[in-house]
Amino acid sequence: MDLTLDKLHDFARGAAFLGTGGGGDPYVGRLILQQQLRSGAKVKLIDPSELDDDALVVPVANMGAPTVLIERFPNGPAAVAAVRKMEELLGRKAAAIMPIEAGGVNATLPAVVGALMDLPVVDADGMGRAFPELQMTTFSVYGVPGSPVVIKDEHDNEVVVKAIDDETAEWLARVVCIRMGGKAEITLYPMNGHDAKTKSVPRTISLAMEIGRVISDARSEQRDPFEALADFFAATEPARCCKILFDGKVVDLLRETTRGFAIGRLILQRIDGGGEPMEIAFQNEFLSAQIGETVLATAPDLICILDRETAEPITTEGLRYGQRVKVVGVSVPPVMRTPEALAVWGPRKFGVDRDYVPIEEIDVPA
Amino acid sequence: MRIGVDVGGTNTDAVIMSGNDVLAAIKSPTTEDVGGGIVAAVRDVMAQAKVEAAAIESVMIGTTQFTNAFVERRRLMEVGIIRLALPATTSLQPLVDWPEDLVERVGTNVHMAHGGYEFDGREIAAMREEEIAEAARALGKAGIGSIAIGSVFAPMNRSMETRAAEIVAAELPDAYVTLSSNIGRIGMVERENAAIMNASLMDLSHRVVGAFRSALKELGIKAPFYISQNDGTLMTADYVEKYPVLTFASGPTNSMRGAAFLSNISDAIVVDIGGTTTDVGVLAQGFPRESAVAVDVGGVKTNFRMPDILAIGLGGGSLVRDEGARIGPDSVGYELTERSLIFGGDTLTTTDIAVAAGAADIGDKSKVASVDEGTVSTGMDTIHAMLEEAIDRVKTSAAAMPVILVGGGGVLVDRPLSGASEVVTPDNAGVANAIGAAIAQVGGEVDRVFSYDEAGRDAALDTAKREAEERAVSAGAKPGTVSVIDVEEVPLAYLPGGAVRVRVKAVGDLAGVASI
Repeated sequence: MDLTLDKLHDFARGAAFLGTGGGGDPYVGRLILQQQLRSGAKVKLIDPSELDDDALVVPVANMGAPTVLIERFPNGPAAVAAVRKMEELLGRKAAAIMPIEAGGVNATLPAVVGALMDLPVVDADGMGRAFPELQMTTFSVYGVPGSPVVIKDEHDNEVVVKAIDDETAEWLARVVCIRMGGKAEITLYPMNGHDAKTKSVPRTISLAMEIGRVISDARSEQRDPFEALADFFAATEPARCCKILFDGKVVDLLRETTRGFAIGRLILQRIDGGGEPMEIAFQNEFLSAQIGETVLATAPDLICILDRETAEPITTEGLRYGQRVKVVGVSVPPVMRTPEALAVWGPRKFGVDRDYVPIEEIDVPA
Repeated sequence: MRIGVDVGGTNTDAVIMSGNDVLAAIKSPTTEDVGGGIVAAVRDVMAQAKVEAAAIESVMIGTTQFTNAFVERRRLMEVGIIRLALPATTSLQPLVDWPEDLVERVGTNVHMAHGGYEFDGREIAAMREEEIAEAARALGKAGIGSIAIGSVFAPMNRSMETRAAEIVAAELPDAYVTLSSNIGRIGMVERENAAIMNASLMDLSHRVVGAFRSALKELGIKAPFYISQNDGTLMTADYVEKYPVLTFASGPTNSMRGAAFLSNISDAIVVDIGGTTTDVGVLAQGFPRESAVAVDVGGVKTNFRMPDILAIGLGGGSLVRDEGARIGPDSVGYELTERSLIFGGDTLTTTDIAVAAGAADIGDKSKVASVDEGTVSTGMDTIHAMLEEAIDRVKTSAAAMPVILVGGGGVLVDRPLSGASEVVTPDNAGVANAIGAAIAQVGGEVDRVFSYDEAGRDAALDTAKREAEERAVSAGAKPGTVSVIDVEEVPLAYLPGGAVRVRVKAVGDLAGVASI
């Protein structure tokens, strides 16, 4: 399957959905890809099953705070340079590029790199969504080392991190990223085709395209997009739960860019002003949603804030006082809910002091 | 006493108000030169109210001239674009997402230059003055008279943009220069877009504001005049001349504020039927509901705060086809009085249908006697079905809401609308826009860096809000009517003490106008 210009809008919208508020503005990602495709470049998307077991697959990402990325855009040539450096370190040529993150701008940057290098892009990722830290991948959970991590900027500065574990790699790379201006292009988790097939969340790039298409079809058919999304997720394999957690407006928003992240909390109130407000915490992504003491959803399940009329996903940097939104929760696939996986991205990892409860087991108060 | 004027694509409306009373209102056609229409409308409305020019204290003008020009791609200048960002941002160049027909108008005169800032205030690269001068000379040689300059993170530090403007001005003293930091907020793509849009409108803004000035001079009005901007507050004419893009959504804002004022209803759906389009929006507590997502203007993404408006191709001049089953989106526009049947023309319009149906009494009714009865009844059904669908789409719940009908095309409606608890057509509904301009509010803005570590967030925000309110009052707002409409916090990470740039806007009613 080729990723072509006519699919870009749906792709970017779906990537924003999976970004759960973070991962960087996929609008910017779409434009970068658009500039690339307009110049005649092609992006070939391949299913993980098409990979040779011993092929070298190089994951590519843009690391940084979303508030920085909307000013200082991700850079294709710097990412290509990071792939080249990885090839040099390993003494092998890459056979394919892979996203580490299907949510946000990082869904699109690998496609730009694939187009620039004439390499196929694997339809899979390591997060099934967006997460704030580099070690939060199925690759890491199931044993692919993150190092070496190649970090590049547009000035051609280059840092290679070889860390004792992936959390340390994140810790070190983040500082470099901040020094490089709050964003940097990186390659990491180099792996063979067999690992790419068995240790990734498969078909998440095509999932992003489909989510985008479901929303745009619902609009053009004048169907409730929230119902259309619930129906769509119920029919995926495996079936996923998708439900509305809150319907209201933004009444307070606190955010700061610290330690290279956009961190904050958001308070929503029902439009009629009644009832208890919902509080949503974010660290680049929306991580937990609660009303009073009742937690309605936590990572790794998806918490998406969508425009309450059009279901257009809203990123943390796009949040504004007074916006009217619906908060939607979606369950993630089983590969992301194993005890090993939850040890990396369960609620406690984000400062929510409770055990993970799957979103489908929590009742939303009326 | 004050005069409110709305210069639309089809009509120029004028009202005279004293406090809360509308003394007189007039509707007259917009002229090609803009000024002639204003002179005619204001002269008529003053005569009608028997008011002398000397008694006018202020004139407020709302205009869709700039929006229309941009949307219709008319009278736009070719623009030179200088982006200060190299070596960053090369993968996303200016104009990538602009519609092709618009790119043809503004051109692709893009100069990427070194410079811009990091999020922490460091320079991405030092600005190279010779690079800017060279770009300016190249643009000058290409005959480009309007230049947009944008730098990465300009809202946090505008000094590079300001310096680049000086260099451009030295090379090209006659060129217009637009800086992104004067228009937009964080978000390079949208801010740069706004700067380019603005630059493309500079010829027109000088012509239109010049026409406003000479019109008032011709009328002997010496009172200050203001032009309304996106959020319904007023700007001085000099400012609009430089930043016409800030008027982009003032039309719908004025019409909705006018509707709330005239009907005395603060929560409703406002349906503004003009000559070519109908704007449908939601009024919440007297203000237009704002769009939650980035708004496209003429196919270009911006991050202005704009009312959430659904526009459909139905107006008083819309063409009627297929025995009434198909209406618009094309319209005879300001040529209604020449081309429609009731005025002796040969084009069947929605107004002809309304007159034939007995809903309106305009022009010569005998001219539509020959229109097929079936076409008339189907046409009226289509008009109402289009409006009902639009109302349904903007509603936030299934519950019926009051609908306020304003604009010149209100005559098209002759029956209850489904989804509406009531349909209110207030007095002077045809000139709601001009009323909205006349009651426009005054704003006060604070844009300052606070240390949250020192003051605490709550105390800092309180201070900023209070100062913004005080500024609104000193700009002429009535104390007690001032409220905060916008709070934006931009953290300046890695500056000591949790530095945050806080922008607060407060607005209040102009003293002498009762609140809605």
